[in-house]
Amino acid sequence: MSSEWPLWEIFIRGQHGLNHRHVGSLHAPDAELAIKNARDVYTRRNEGVSIWAVRSSDIVASSPGDKGPLFEPANSKVYRHPTFYDIPNDVGHM
Amino acid sequence: MYAQLVKTDSTHVRGLDEMSDEERAFQERIDRGEKIEPKEWMPEGYRKTLIRQIGQHAHSEIVGQLPEGNWITRAPTLERKAILLAKVQDEAGHGLYLYCAAETLGVSRDELMELLHAGKMKYSSIFNYPTLTWADMGAVGWLVDGAAIMNQVPLQRTSYGPYSRAMIRICKEESFHQRQGYDIMMKMARGTPAQKHMAQDALNRFWYPALMMFGPSDKDSVHSAQSMAWKIKMNTNDELRQKFVDQTVPQAEHLGLTVPDENLRWNEEKGGYDFSEPDWSEFFEVIAGNGPCNRERLGARVKAWEDGAWFRDGLKAHADKAARRPAMAVAAE
Repeated sequence: MSSEWPLWEIFIRGQHGLNHRHVGSLHAPDAELAIKNARDVYTRRNEGVSIWAVRSSDIVASSPGDKGPLFEPANSKVYRHPTFYDIPNDVGHM
Repeated sequence: MYAQLVKTDSTHVRGLDEMSDEERAFQERIDRGEKIEPKEWMPEGYRKTLIRQIGQHAHSEIVGQLPEGNWITRAPTLERKAILLAKVQDEAGHGLYLYCAAETLGVSRDELMELLHAGKMKYSSIFNYPTLTWADMGAVGWLVDGAAIMNQVPLQRTSYGPYSRAMIRICKEESFHQRQGYDIMMKMARGTPAQKHMAQDALNRFWYPALMMFGPSDKDSVHSAQSMAWKIKMNTNDELRQKFVDQTVPQAEHLGLTVPDENLRWNEEKGGYDFSEPDWSEFFEVIAGNGPCNRERLGARVKAWEDGAWFRDGLKAHADKAARRPAMAVAAE
């Protein structure tokens, strides 16, 4: 088991100009093969123009249990949204 | 705009036939509307110009926090205070998106900061004007953010991928900034005569500095022509200024306020307003460091940087120590 290939997270840029998006993960012994494997596993139907591979162990993730403390404070800040302000129609788009 | 007078190192815009194979392929990709991404080949001039432009844009977001930060503790209600705080917080975020976009071009954020602090990089001229009354918070949101949006919306289509994506994110968040400013102006303009007077006074002081944000006419500028060929500038300064005036004048009328320009007239033929140019000698003075608040603004940034050094160093030392800890524990066994 100690020789198991490490896990990589794969991000694909679908079209020129867009962000890379996470599509899934795979095992590969090194960076070069991670890209090659990602090509075979995730872009068999020409889904992308570019691939990022990141070692899963290098990803730092928030815990699902922290969802409340992390994101709930934004709920009360409705004034961060443009629709909070009543702007008369006749002054045009703003 | 948020980036003014950005130089390109070009002496003229070269035709496809004057370019190397690499350059021609690059230009043709841009002409086709493809995005250029960080690790791809790009002409050195493109890279350098983008660093100047995105860096200046980022600095403007950060320095732009200062004129509004001035009013956070003095906002008239708790709601206005929370809104202003949220807006200033957004500007900090926008600065960070942009510094990161610049970093993909091979410059570090600290290098950009040092250039700003040494006076070797600029930020928008507009932030060198003082915010004297609460109505200025309305005028800044309405006019300054309005002018910024005018420039940033087309930049969402710029050729450099990371810049384009930062602009898309910024534009999405920016709409609230202008609307909260106009909301303040509506309240003031419909308030007591004294409040209405404050609103008019704010418009009087910010109108021409807002027009200056677009920079002087660049219809004959090689730098602008080169930047437009590279699609890192999407419109001429005059086009954007005209669009801004055409959009803003009816908004001022709705408020019952008067744009401080005797020559302002609707021109049926061109389908836009005729208006007076701002005083460009004032603009060049402000750019040269002699505006009403240049020293104060830059001084505040340098002080924040220096006062924060022990804190940045402390967090780094803590992280380094924590990273060494397992190794130290093993070594001790």
